[in-house]
Amino acid sequence: MKYFHLIWAALFRRKTRTVLTLVSIIAAFLLFGMLDAVRTSFDQAGKSANGAQRLQTGSKLSFIETLPQGLGEKIATVPGVKSVAYANWFGGAYQDPHNQVFTFAVSDNYIDQYPEVQVTDEARKAYLNTRTGILVGEKLMEKYHWKIGDKIPLQSNIFPQQDGSKNWTFDIVGVLHPTEQSVAFYGQMILMHWKYFDDAVMKGYNDGHVGWYVTRVNDVNQADQVAKAIDAISANSDHETRTQTEAAATASWMKQLADIGLIVGSIMGAVFFTLLLLTGNTMMQAVRERTSELAVLKTLGFSDTSVLVMVLAESVLLVLLGGVIGIGLASVLIPFVSAGSGGMLNLPTVGVNSWMLGIALMVAIGGVVGVIPAWRAMRLNIVDALAGR
Amino acid sequence: MRFLFNLFVLLILIVALLVWANLPWYGVLALALVFVGWMAFFRRGRQAASVTGVGISTLKQRLGSSSVVVIGIAGVVGVLVALLAMGEGYSETLRKTGSEDTAIVLRGGSASEVSSVLTRDSILVIEQAPGIARDKQGKPIASGEIVVAANLPVKGGGPDDEGSVQVRGVGDQAWALRPTAKIIAGRAFRTGMRELVVGQGAQRQFAGLEPGREVKLGAQAWTVVGVFASGDAYDSEIWGDADVVAETYRRGSSRTSVFAKLTDAKAMDTFKAALAGDPRLQVDVDSTLNYFSKQSEGMSKVMRIMGITVGSIMAIGAIFGALNTMFAAVAARAREIATLRAIGFRGVPVVVAVMLETTLLALLGGIIGGLLAWLIFNGWTASTLASGTTGQLAFTFRVTPELLWEGLKWALAIGFVGGLFPALRAARLPVTTALREL
Repeated sequence: MKYFHLIWAALFRRKTRTVLTLVSIIAAFLLFGMLDAVRTSFDQAGKSANGAQRLQTGSKLSFIETLPQGLGEKIATVPGVKSVAYANWFGGAYQDPHNQVFTFAVSDNYIDQYPEVQVTDEARKAYLNTRTGILVGEKLMEKYHWKIGDKIPLQSNIFPQQDGSKNWTFDIVGVLHPTEQSVAFYGQMILMHWKYFDDAVMKGYNDGHVGWYVTRVNDVNQADQVAKAIDAISANSDHETRTQTEAAATASWMKQLADIGLIVGSIMGAVFFTLLLLTGNTMMQAVRERTSELAVLKTLGFSDTSVLVMVLAESVLLVLLGGVIGIGLASVLIPFVSAGSGGMLNLPTVGVNSWMLGIALMVAIGGVVGVIPAWRAMRLNIVDALAGR
Repeated sequence: MRFLFNLFVLLILIVALLVWANLPWYGVLALALVFVGWMAFFRRGRQAASVTGVGISTLKQRLGSSSVVVIGIAGVVGVLVALLAMGEGYSETLRKTGSEDTAIVLRGGSASEVSSVLTRDSILVIEQAPGIARDKQGKPIASGEIVVAANLPVKGGGPDDEGSVQVRGVGDQAWALRPTAKIIAGRAFRTGMRELVVGQGAQRQFAGLEPGREVKLGAQAWTVVGVFASGDAYDSEIWGDADVVAETYRRGSSRTSVFAKLTDAKAMDTFKAALAGDPRLQVDVDSTLNYFSKQSEGMSKVMRIMGITVGSIMAIGAIFGALNTMFAAVAARAREIATLRAIGFRGVPVVVAVMLETTLLALLGGIIGGLLAWLIFNGWTASTLASGTTGQLAFTFRVTPELLWEGLKWALAIGFVGGLFPALRAARLPVTTALREL
């Protein structure tokens, strides 16, 4: 540590070069920070302590098929089940049929299954007392400048009302505040009463059916047995079910959406390979230029090893400096990206794991890049170097 | 004064980049020709050419640092082209689906096939509308189709690893409506039987979709009897008889959409007007070409934005890498450049020489990057859950000449920016100090 100022001075001996190299490193780790956030948001979706307690039961045939409402009572009697809620896909759109707003028609206790989504007590009361009441995610409220008490028109691109019109009107009675990243999409959602939906929809369209059940279990370790028991209820009927933990169900969706790990991995591979070369070149130049200075250091009594360590430390410091700035920049920019995407992307900020991975990568790259120049510096012959040979 | 000059250069740079980004290929060609002409016929140009020649001949001694420029830019172009090729492949697959003379009819206000419902009565009305082509027996070439989804085990996945595939229940006319779809193995399904033909894309993605094998849709067993290929979005679907599919999915006599072959593309307006004017119907009509292209819009945009964002950040890194290399190159050749200036070479040839050198390195990098992207990713298969469908859509990356051209333009732009500042430094170096150095 006592040589730190020496290493620092060596690093900024040629300011232009170091700064230019730093910017390249910053760019690389900025990209790393952002892409890793995308990867984590895919990985983390559905994975939380609360999520592990929830099971989702849908039709085995496909996710667009519905299930009878009576099934809920049978599920509630399965040992290990704490509570059962259900929901339907409403397919809402605001203003333009292509401007989709995710809307579920849910049972009254649905929101209780998600303790990590906060709803104030008065909002909950108002919701239960208003037939056409809806709970709206906080991000949606911001996006469309809605206020509690507003009446909003929603089109359903699936369900007409009794009179054939597909324009529905709802009253905003409360706001959904997701408190965990894994349920962040509730910030973009609308929840309406299933009861009202089923009553108001045109005959032949729903008829007391539900899209899926959300079950909370008493003991996380029993989730798999409970899931099997739930599926056993409707085995060999004309509406067989498929029950998965929320984590498994979400993971399967994400996997179908895109192989994000592969995409991020290949991009970062290309970036870091380039970075290796670039920083390596800088370090080689730096040591070549300083040959005589290093020789002077050795003449003063610095051992071969300490010269080796100093050059190595210089290169690690260079990458660390750029890397930390880069990831720091990423964590500053990510909220803007999320906001700018209009709710399409919902990225978590750079987490501890990403930082650890990033720093490990920085040290590794710095080390690899510094090895050859450091080796050269160590093997330097004082007489030859001073003579400029 | 110095500050003002730098500001001025920066402004020019931004304008130049904006112009460059929108320059079509013939513009670039004209620019290159003018430049070559200048080098061949003007004194300054000839000077620039000879200085460049000297610079390039010494490249060998700076192989390490020059390769940083080349590989850095190759990386940017490679990643950019690969990401754009993904978006291109995706939208191309949907764009190729459908044609201008085939209409799709959905219930009014439905965003996609799967959210639409048409009753038996409406379908009968639609099939009699004017403008629909008729086959040899005089039957209209139109078919009420039903789109649903099925969960099937994914190839190479765990026992519980299921994906969603779009199932289309079709009528006899389906093959006449889609001339691109051809059976490539086995045979077509028979009416009234629980038989399926699978698209080649679906077959690649899901396990057990070989002719002769049985698959379970819910509780029922269906037999796969054939494989079809159409080279578009239908490749990711599996098809069965509409009545049997509707029965399995408890849809009764309703269907999700009607496809109709029109006599020609011009008949679309007549057809549309006829359906719009019919009080018994409340439907949306579009050409299938339009319908499928529209489905790809959102996702293609996301993919393109992603490509450009990643590409831009990488480009910033590469620009600074190039700046670094070229500043070092200029510093190493300071004496040489000063000598040239001392014997009468002006600033312009020196600036041009340094920039030309960087540009050539960038061009090389761009070509390598584009080539790598083409070799590795052209034809690579990927899949995603497409908006508007209920199943996975398989598509192949398409590295088109346009994308390669775009990649090259990026490479040249990076080289231009990376070379400009070192070139200016070289030209403005006071001759006396430079000669005295070392």
